[in-house]
Amino acid sequence: MAADSPSSLVPIGGAIRTPKEFRHHILSVVVENKTGVLARVAMLFSRRGYNIFSLAVAPTDDERFSRLTIVVDVDTAPLEQITKQLHKLVNVIRISEIDPSEAVECELLLATVQADAATRAQVIELVNLFDGRIVDVGSSKLTVMVGSSPHNLDNFESLLSEYGISEIQRTGRVALQRLEMPTSKRRQSRGRVS
Amino acid sequence: MKLTGAQALIKSLELQGVEAIFGLPGGAILPVYDPLLESSIRHILVRHEQGAGHMAEGYAQATGRPGVAMVTSGPAATNIVTPLADAYMDSIPLVVITGQVAASVIGSDAFQEADTTGITMSITKHNWLITDPYDIPRIVREAFHVATTGRPGPVVIDFPKDIATGELEWYWPKSIDLPGYRPTTKGHPKMIREALSLILQAERPVIYAGGGVIRGRACEELVAFAERTGIPVVTTLMARGAIPDSHHLCLGMPGMHGNYTAVTSLQRADLLITLGARFDDRVTGKVSAFAPNAKVIHVDIDPAELGKIRRPDVPIVGDVRQVVAEFLRGLGEGDLGQQADLAPWWAQLEQWRKAYPYTYDRTNEAPPIKPQFVVETLNRMAPPDTILASGVGQHQMWSSQYWSFEGPNRWINSGGLGTMGFAIPAAIGAKVGRPESTVWAIDGDGCFQMTAQELVTATTERIPIKVAILNNAYLGMVRQWQEMFYEERYSEVYLSPDLPDYVKWAEAMGCVGMKVEDPSEVESAIAKANSIDDRPVVIDFRTDTSEKVFPMVPSGHSNDDIVLG
Repeated sequence: MAADSPSSLVPIGGAIRTPKEFRHHILSVVVENKTGVLARVAMLFSRRGYNIFSLAVAPTDDERFSRLTIVVDVDTAPLEQITKQLHKLVNVIRISEIDPSEAVECELLLATVQADAATRAQVIELVNLFDGRIVDVGSSKLTVMVGSSPHNLDNFESLLSEYGISEIQRTGRVALQRLEMPTSKRRQSRGRVS
Repeated sequence: MKLTGAQALIKSLELQGVEAIFGLPGGAILPVYDPLLESSIRHILVRHEQGAGHMAEGYAQATGRPGVAMVTSGPAATNIVTPLADAYMDSIPLVVITGQVAASVIGSDAFQEADTTGITMSITKHNWLITDPYDIPRIVREAFHVATTGRPGPVVIDFPKDIATGELEWYWPKSIDLPGYRPTTKGHPKMIREALSLILQAERPVIYAGGGVIRGRACEELVAFAERTGIPVVTTLMARGAIPDSHHLCLGMPGMHGNYTAVTSLQRADLLITLGARFDDRVTGKVSAFAPNAKVIHVDIDPAELGKIRRPDVPIVGDVRQVVAEFLRGLGEGDLGQQADLAPWWAQLEQWRKAYPYTYDRTNEAPPIKPQFVVETLNRMAPPDTILASGVGQHQMWSSQYWSFEGPNRWINSGGLGTMGFAIPAAIGAKVGRPESTVWAIDGDGCFQMTAQELVTATTERIPIKVAILNNAYLGMVRQWQEMFYEERYSEVYLSPDLPDYVKWAEAMGCVGMKVEDPSEVESAIAKANSIDDRPVVIDFRTDTSEKVFPMVPSGHSNDDIVLG
């Protein structure tokens, strides 16, 4: 997870090709809702030396299927290879590739932060600025929750760190393709294999 | 009709047309071995589970049908991991059934428990852990379907003991429902036309035929296509026999130990027509220097192979047999114009062929025997349709170089994974699948010692294979590299020619054993071996330690740096 900076990432299989900079792509993968499918996907990434930046799994409206939102680092391998290899998994039904610039993205952050009498008001103000909530209150700490775009969360995190974060947890992003605007032309980029 | 899970499994295998299972029983798989007594399926009792896996591979490679192996849980399942990895690399259809501890105790570290589906996930095309007896017929059907269609490969069915003893109402699924598995078989018409236009324009084209041609049963189409266009064909290690070696269009094997003409034809080509091949590093050498001036047409049933190593100019996802048939049809329509004149290209190829054939000292008459001479003599004396299996190393390369393969499915070897010890069990499996053919295994002394206990299996099950050990007392290929690249600093490669005593070993296992030290005795020993058909034969040929495999492209070098020896 993007705790501090890209260098703090734990690359999955990245030992093979550690990228200099990270370029991310979002794959929305519909899989059969069966045991072990997540392991198959994860193992494929590790086996082929691809980097997973973040991963979110949830059921879809059809109980036979789940959706994985995988943010991949496309500097470790061409996106085309990743999608083709994913397609070879028998349980993978459909892959949609979403360019970050064409995506609506959302991620959730929970953090416990130092907030004594002197700083408490400032922390609360910061949380309010990011449309967040205070979910737990202690004598010298607050636990806060913010749901927003990953970019906003990065900003929030660095601002919050001024006060001293004692624990932080982010979910990894979920994403959907941005809706078509009447004027602009949307590029169709599905994870299709020739 | 109520059946136990074990009965349902055996019945499902029968309905899939399984005629032979290679296996070894044990605790978790015990219930399945009981109904096997009433089954028409032949079971070959192996001495080690790795043997069962390689036998199933040999069976599959010789027959084109899926090989089936059945072993118990835990250590048996881990013992068959190597054959699974081997079959995955070489796209061999295998269905491996592993016993598993009862579903109720999975995860408790029960006796002989191992996470078989987890362990085999990355070396199988797919695997299944059965959790309900009702699923057995469906999963068996799916398993055979996945193993044999698309790009073939191994699959595992992990079969818990309480599933075997549980009951189900018998049924046989009418259809297969795998929404995420739909291999593309028909090539895109537009791509096929683009390919044809490149084929007709090319002045120095080469057909780069890989193992997919054999797995995809496209050999007839390949030969017809080559003959129609007059384009030369190189056959990779996995494709040996896809076009007969005696065919004038066949240039033989490319790659690290390929012949000069095949290697250099790819380097100088202006078009590679890649059929069911995957630009393996043993073929390409240094990828950036491989076939530098060639456009690439790449036909493969696995989309992930297209662009994995080399970006094709014309990618075609499809069944190689159907696509090549489409090529022929397209050429027949004749609206694409005239084909370029290949005469200058052939003049060049013929000149290389003449100047740089495989060579060794054929005049040698004194011991030690030249290993290449053994291979040539075996080949010359082999009855028609003889199947040749080999292990991995120098003897494998000499086998591929000096044996003339005249048809597909007659060369059985471990290409991608390079599994030492492959030859003997694979030869046994091949002989089970094709009992009417003579089956020779050419093995190295190092390889032989890894799996030779399966000779007991061959003897007791009356599977009369023949084994030629090219005994140079070394791990020969490693020795060759140490000689050439490590300044002759030989580290841990000496094996001794007399330990073990191979003749006694053979005899102890119920085989005929012979030792041949003089070149003059080679022929008579082979004649004797060919005449024996009631038991396995092992010949210990004492070969020249100093012989190296040439030509050779040093690892990581361009194919232009080929060393002729």
